[in-house]
Amino acid sequence: MYATNYHRASSVEEAVNLLKSGDDAKFVSGGQTLIPTMKQRLAAPSDLVDLRHIDAMKGISIDGVQVTIGAATTHAEVASSAELAGVCAAICSLAAHIGDPAVRHMGTIGGSVANNDPAADYPAAVLGLDAQVRTSKRTIDAADFFNGMFDTALEEDEVITAITFQAPEKAAYVKYPNPASRYAMCGVFAARLKDGSVRVAITGAGNDGVFRHTEMEEALAADWSPAAIASCSVDEGDMLSDIHGDSAYRANLVRVIAKRAVEAAA
Amino acid sequence: MSKVSMTVNGKTVEREVEDRMLLVEFLREELNLTGTHVGCDTSQCGACVVHVDGKAVKSCTQLAVQASGCEVVTIEGLATGGDLHPMQAAFKENHGLQCGFCTPGMIMTAVDLVNRVGAGNLDEKTIRENLEGNICRCTGYHNIVRSIEAGAKAMA
Amino acid sequence: MGVEGIGARVLRKEDKRFITGKGRYTDDFKMAGMHYAAFVRSPHAHAKIRGIDKSAAEAMPGVVGVLDGKQLTGDGIGNLICGWMIHSKDGSPMNMGAWSAIATEHVRYVGDAAAVVVADTLENARAAAEAVVIDYEELPHVIRAVDALKDGAPQLHPEAKGNLIYDWEIGEKDATEQAIAGAAHVTEMEIVNNRLSPNPMEPRAALANYDEADDHFTLYTTSQNPHVARLVLSAFYQVAPEHKLRVIAPDVGGGFGSKIYIYPEEIVCLWASKRLGVPVKWTSDRTEAFLTDAHGRDHVSKARIGFDKDGKIVGFSIDTIANIGAYMSLFSSSVPTYLYATLLSGQYNIANIHCNVRTVYTNTAPVDAYRGAGRPEATYLVERIMETAAREMGMDPAELRRRNFVSEFPHQTPVIMCYDAGDYNATLDAALKAADYANIGKRKEEAKARGKLRGIGLSCYIEACGIAPSAAVGSLGAGVGLWESGEIRVNPVGTVEILTGSHSHGQGHETTFAQLVNERFGLPVDNVQVIHGDTDKVQFGMGTYGSRSGAVGMSALVKALDKVEAKAKKIAAHLMEADEGDIVIEDGEVKVAGTDRKLGWHEVCLAAYTGHNLPQGMEPGLKETAFYDPTNFTFPAGTYVCEVEVDPETGKTEVIQFVAADDFGVIVNPMIVEGQVHGGITQGIGQALLENVIYDDNGQLLTASYMDYAMPRADDVPSYKLSTHETVCPGNPMGMKGCGEAGAIGSPPALINAITDAIGNNNLTMPATPARVWALINGK
Repeated sequence: MYATNYHRASSVEEAVNLLKSGDDAKFVSGGQTLIPTMKQRLAAPSDLVDLRHIDAMKGISIDGVQVTIGAATTHAEVASSAELAGVCAAICSLAAHIGDPAVRHMGTIGGSVANNDPAADYPAAVLGLDAQVRTSKRTIDAADFFNGMFDTALEEDEVITAITFQAPEKAAYVKYPNPASRYAMCGVFAARLKDGSVRVAITGAGNDGVFRHTEMEEALAADWSPAAIASCSVDEGDMLSDIHGDSAYRANLVRVIAKRAVEAAA
Repeated sequence: MSKVSMTVNGKTVEREVEDRMLLVEFLREELNLTGTHVGCDTSQCGACVVHVDGKAVKSCTQLAVQASGCEVVTIEGLATGGDLHPMQAAFKENHGLQCGFCTPGMIMTAVDLVNRVGAGNLDEKTIRENLEGNICRCTGYHNIVRSIEAGAKAMA
Repeated sequence: MGVEGIGARVLRKEDKRFITGKGRYTDDFKMAGMHYAAFVRSPHAHAKIRGIDKSAAEAMPGVVGVLDGKQLTGDGIGNLICGWMIHSKDGSPMNMGAWSAIATEHVRYVGDAAAVVVADTLENARAAAEAVVIDYEELPHVIRAVDALKDGAPQLHPEAKGNLIYDWEIGEKDATEQAIAGAAHVTEMEIVNNRLSPNPMEPRAALANYDEADDHFTLYTTSQNPHVARLVLSAFYQVAPEHKLRVIAPDVGGGFGSKIYIYPEEIVCLWASKRLGVPVKWTSDRTEAFLTDAHGRDHVSKARIGFDKDGKIVGFSIDTIANIGAYMSLFSSSVPTYLYATLLSGQYNIANIHCNVRTVYTNTAPVDAYRGAGRPEATYLVERIMETAAREMGMDPAELRRRNFVSEFPHQTPVIMCYDAGDYNATLDAALKAADYANIGKRKEEAKARGKLRGIGLSCYIEACGIAPSAAVGSLGAGVGLWESGEIRVNPVGTVEILTGSHSHGQGHETTFAQLVNERFGLPVDNVQVIHGDTDKVQFGMGTYGSRSGAVGMSALVKALDKVEAKAKKIAAHLMEADEGDIVIEDGEVKVAGTDRKLGWHEVCLAAYTGHNLPQGMEPGLKETAFYDPTNFTFPAGTYVCEVEVDPETGKTEVIQFVAADDFGVIVNPMIVEGQVHGGITQGIGQALLENVIYDDNGQLLTASYMDYAMPRADDVPSYKLSTHETVCPGNPMGMKGCGEAGAIGSPPALINAITDAIGNNNLTMPATPARVWALINGK
């Protein structure tokens, strides 16, 4: 690992100021992606600004159907929140299958969403729940947030403070893990929102990060059943292809896993 | 460089270390607690698992300075007095280890699992799923599962 | 059997240090003034080194040396060797290219060492390694063995024209071809045995120190065989004469074959410690391990087997191409020859077998023995083709095997081996019963109703362990003898130290070897200490591999115990004025049979050391050494049954049950044997379902971390159903056969046969990834 300087912020404002004062500073939350990347000498931030000690970024609050998850909330906390499970069990189940138990004790929702790894799970939930990404500067709609793999609408000195969304009418996330890394080889978040609209957000499979499948969404809006999407097409040209599965296989996974997500959310 | 201060196995330790020093390096190189191992570079094998503030984490994926102010327990701190922790004893009694390299991380993960899920809720499937982040090349997991079943009972 | 004797489930004596974090592995050791080595590794599959600019690296903080291959050879360090000479069928010796621990002119695979940096901290060493500028001229490369043999393929070594190391054969070609030509049914298959990375959880490491005052080296290293390491480092690499080099293999975190070999890094650490005057430590990270640890398997074979109208095998012909990588690792040449083709008779009575093996260089990491070494490749071939043939002939695969079993012993195969004992029907019957094979049809129907494909597969494996006798392996080209040594050192107070050449790195020798003493003298195992892994403490020994520590290592101890017992009886007879033949030793007492006269074991031991009252002419002391050389290989065998369920929508396979019925001969500690089988089966499931070393067409390793190399994890495998069925091995004093590799040898074909049964397509290649299985199901 290259040398770096560590700073611990206790407020969002302090974090942003610390970031600005570094040459090439980065925010670190759980660090479960950033630290391994630094260990492999693939990232060399001059400074790290630790967000895990900012109280305002922690915790889950539920106000009726409105859910707010602080960006520094760990996957383990999301997975084990009974209150959250009461309104959106799908996101708890999703969090319970990220990485492994030790990773879940450190990794945070904000870190995962900001990183936008094409095989990460949370981006599917953010897109699938039509969530808002609240930052130190503004609130960004999910539809405007993800810009392809590892790229988001976030500016360099902008930090995610919370993810908010309305509890869906029904939702499920089904993950088909890569046999080696256990990241999603295909993960589908299928939801019917309170306004009746349907979201099908897919991670892991596409060649440009998380995406929505509008044909499936339309079919499900008309008929929420696995059968409704059986004949939907998935363009192999948009799929990833690697040693674990070619694009034809991934296109198949999208169909199969989407069907299972709809079943699970029935 | 930063001053790092934490409680490790019940003792307060303080060192001036580089910010880039990993927690596992701090434990192994600064404190000579070599029971915590490094078996991969990508946070997957789990040989480095320790407890920070009562939760299992991968000490290879955390800077020492991030853990400053925390309570850390390593495999060396699990036994109390002269007595093995019930999970340690269960690994011995059920032949849950062979070469021993993954064992410290496996035991720390197992104790955390019982603390989290509760001894009564541990069926084989749950145990296997919760070992996703711990790789063993020797035992084929069969006797690790038996050990955790027995260790959980003994912890109850 | 006593509670701690042979056959008892004695808990492991060594466990306490491992479960409390007090194990001592190589990387745990530190020395005053210790420095760290970081290797500069080739990013190219094949290139010429035009020049190395070290200036920037040398100027970096903490750097004490930046060393290259020319300096290494200039200091007289020799090339790495291959310790087993194979002759081609035309009689010519194998064509071996040179391998320097640091490349001098050419790099031949991605990861090949091109320079080394030594610095005061690991971070400084790594930073400086990045600053070494090597001017490479890229050369054409070849990755796959089949391509390496093609006309015009890029050449790796001038010594091996066409990249061919040897073109070897075993068995009678003409007779085999004739037999197959006259067969009623012939099954043909092309079978690939996928390349694997051994992946012991402890990465390799070395810590070397040169003591100038004594002109003496110490090396801590992750070795399965420290004495062999010392011998090779001395005799061939000229690092130091043997008496000036101490090799210590402390606790070692798994080996599986990959820690048998002497690698460039140990040599370089020793050399650099003398040249630079500091202790030098190197610890591999996991990516370096994937790049440089010797890989396993990587065979491509064409096989044809002929049957008569009754389903009896009449002939079996195999043509294999084996990929050995860029250099010949220590035992690499023996793996695709004598450890492989000699097992192609399986458990079957086959009159005619012929196997041709061409072994070739490619621009990939060296390939050598990995758990099973040759025997998994043979077993996979035999058991895949037997299962497929049965299906083609419309026969029950179990029945076809039964019809061809060897049933009389000794049995001489046409491929060298002479099977000494076994009962193949017994293990087949036991496995079929435990797996409820008879009712698989019902389970298939039930699964089908749920939209799943269920299948069952068999594997009746045989392997050869011990890898001995020395004279036999010597005549086949081995550079060393494959005996083992043991010393029994009885202390004056009666406690016992066992010094063994068999290194323990997970096998539990510290317990099982102590059980031998308990069985013999009735001493508690706590009174026995097993010492291994240090050339300063232990007499020369050959180390641990090939499932040999029981059949060979323990046999040496049995012989040493015989000598101790004989001497103790003489002393006791003298002291008690009894006839030597009437003395019995049991429960820690030395008794005169049929009388109430007795002495405590410790009294006899003390008498041996005081020397006050010994038989006329007897030397004092009670310490005996034995070197045991077996008379034959041993032949563990058994039947494995695997049942799977395939999800046709995703191609994912779930292992529903795995049954193993093994014959390991006499078993010292069933708990430890079961552990060995569990681990072996899991590695076999790993090979069959998950693991695959993949290089891209440019020779870049795509599976260089656990992100891409799929290791079996706890939720990939089930709990296993095991049983053992003993036939006593007549070849060694204890009747043992060995159990360390059986699981890895026997399991892959059972699993693949189960999947092919489930999906109704025999054309499946390992690993059976979901994508591959899905493509087969869907005809893609």
